[in-house]
Amino acid sequence: MFTELSSKLELIIKKLRGQGKLTENNIKDALKEVRRALLEADVNYKVVKDFISKVEARAIGQEVLKSITPGQQIIKIVYDELTLLLGKDSAGMKYSSSGPTVWMLVGLQGSGKTTACGKLASYYRKKGKTPLLIAADVQRPAAVEQLMILGKSLSIPVYSSKDNPVKICQNGRGKAIEEKLDLVIIDTAGRLHIDEELMKELSLIKKEVSPQEVMLVVDSMTGQDAVNIASSFENKLGIDGIILTKLDGDARGGAALSLLSVAGKPIKYVGTGEKLDALEIFYPDRMASRILGMGDVVTLVEKAQDVISQEEAQKLEKRLQQKAFTLKDFHVQLQQLKKMGSLDSVINLIPGVSGTLKGISMDDKALIRIEAIISSMTDVERMKPHIIDGSRRRRIALGSGTDIQEVNKLLKQFTVMQKMIKDIHKMDLRKLKGIFKF
Amino acid sequence: MAIKFSIEKLKLGLSKTKKGLWGKITEVVGFSRKIDRELLEKLEEILLKSDVGVSGTEKIIQGLEDKVKKDKIEEPEKIIDLVKNEVLEIFETSFCSIPTLKHHSVPLVIMVVGVNGTGKTTSIAKLANRYSSQGKKVLVAACDTFRAAALEQLSIWAQRAGVDIIKSEPNQDPASVAFDAVKAAIARKMDVMMVDTAGRLHTKYNLMEELKKIKRVMDRSLEGSPQEVFLVLDATTGQNAISQAKMFDQAVGITGIILAKLDGTAKGGVVIAIANELKIPVRYIGIGEKMDDLEEFEPRSFVEAMFT
Repeated sequence: MFTELSSKLELIIKKLRGQGKLTENNIKDALKEVRRALLEADVNYKVVKDFISKVEARAIGQEVLKSITPGQQIIKIVYDELTLLLGKDSAGMKYSSSGPTVWMLVGLQGSGKTTACGKLASYYRKKGKTPLLIAADVQRPAAVEQLMILGKSLSIPVYSSKDNPVKICQNGRGKAIEEKLDLVIIDTAGRLHIDEELMKELSLIKKEVSPQEVMLVVDSMTGQDAVNIASSFENKLGIDGIILTKLDGDARGGAALSLLSVAGKPIKYVGTGEKLDALEIFYPDRMASRILGMGDVVTLVEKAQDVISQEEAQKLEKRLQQKAFTLKDFHVQLQQLKKMGSLDSVINLIPGVSGTLKGISMDDKALIRIEAIISSMTDVERMKPHIIDGSRRRRIALGSGTDIQEVNKLLKQFTVMQKMIKDIHKMDLRKLKGIFKF
Repeated sequence: MAIKFSIEKLKLGLSKTKKGLWGKITEVVGFSRKIDRELLEKLEEILLKSDVGVSGTEKIIQGLEDKVKKDKIEEPEKIIDLVKNEVLEIFETSFCSIPTLKHHSVPLVIMVVGVNGTGKTTSIAKLANRYSSQGKKVLVAACDTFRAAALEQLSIWAQRAGVDIIKSEPNQDPASVAFDAVKAAIARKMDVMMVDTAGRLHTKYNLMEELKKIKRVMDRSLEGSPQEVFLVLDATTGQNAISQAKMFDQAVGITGIILAKLDGTAKGGVVIAIANELKIPVRYIGIGEKMDDLEEFEPRSFVEAMFT
């Protein structure tokens, strides 16, 4: 998601790396490019301005002179400021002390409210909550049906009626109390932040059901207006947090930076795919390293923990760090990986890999074919792929219902992957750790 | 007459945009005594804040500076006209010729694509309504078989617009729906057929492949169809709109852009960014929630509406 921004920053930093000493001039050049990159990433103009002047103030002077390599120093300053900008810790959700907890989702049309409702309900059911979804979007044609279908596929009850939205929410909350459900998630109609009448309706709902959380759902592809959207929802309604959606695209995610620094509201969750389990907690510090192209091993491991045991997760992490990586490991991983969501979203979390693989798309169906091919190999072949000659290839292709070209392709890709994993370890991890103090 | 009416309506729809972008320019110019660095920097800020994009903004400011130097312009008030001209120039050089609807073999098949939540279905409804009020026979095909209740949404809109609809089953192969829909449009002697596709992120390889397939299959059903492929962009989108347009264009060859939700944003500058970076014409703009809130995009009246 932030790969574009990170590769740009990386390029700029590389320019600095070649120079022995930091002068006011070459900082200016680098900062100009950082500014451009941030603006192109849709970071709010004002945020960029403040950011640049902060980095500049810190870069010029003593601090820089003390550093061993100027390039590293600049990365550190940019990273520090980014982390500051992105907020401190991930903020938790608030619960009701008596009666069901009510969360209300609001946002512009098409930002992904209804899907986010479904994801949130499914996420918290896994954590032991008993959710009820309320469809209060009577504005958009078939919005109620959409939530009904989502609820049905998740086996989570959905409440709606032909009443007005306020009434629907009151009655829905009543139903939750009646049926002893402890979490109510309200889907509201998408509206423009400049639509006074609909804003009043939202305020009325808020007044009547007094939700513990009003979450603003924001599309991560939003431009400079993101800040205005957030601040007008805050002024007219009052919001507690933000869910950032569609982060699985190539949006550079500047909106995330702007929302946090200008609107001052924490991003609590991010949507990372079309499947209903594609919802992740937002971690500001991890996001900062992600922006700088350092990947996000912690999220990856957490994602894995959700579907595989702790022990297996450690093995997976270890294997990723091992230079010896065979097709057999790959096969085991594929099966676990499949439970972790789309390959795209997983790959993006591996440090250094997102850049390498940029532009290469992962097809989940291809995974099934790859699995079939590896399943058709013998154990020896999996350990030593180089022994797979023409006749073995034919046999494997026949056995897996694929063709020789595909077997060839897989073997070739695997070699590249092995190399890539080696490359990751060539990166001096200790050095990076020294800078960022994980 | 007709055009004038359209400009008035545009102004109304864009009144929010005007306050956001051009109102600010007028304000800044009003406060300035001369054309200096400070004024230009303020202009740059306004343009960047309006999603015009870095290169679009640089182009406008550069052009402005050149003219100011060349013609020795000193009065800040003249800046407004200069910016206006720069913007028009961007539109004109990018859109050398806006292809008008060609003489199509009947039916005219329009495929509508875009990322999730940009307003595809609503735009189709508005467009269908537009054609149908011109006395054309319109058929819409629900090829979004993925998102929950997408079919229901289109059905309700089709009913409101009074046009026919080809329905589909959830998770049915969208290409087969499109194939049958084209055949049905021919059999029923329709003038216009519109295909609603599932929203997809332009970075999802397999989903973009699916889109290619839908297009291919339609060509097999009626050679040369779809004659038009419209990309629906959300006007609130920032610079990612350019990436979307590029990738969808690569996959299925975009013939025009529908810019939706332009009424909701204090911006609209992304139109300029798109014009500056891409050669794809904006065809329609969505300026409201009502059925007839869809306007043909015409650079001159658009810029007029923004400035006056």
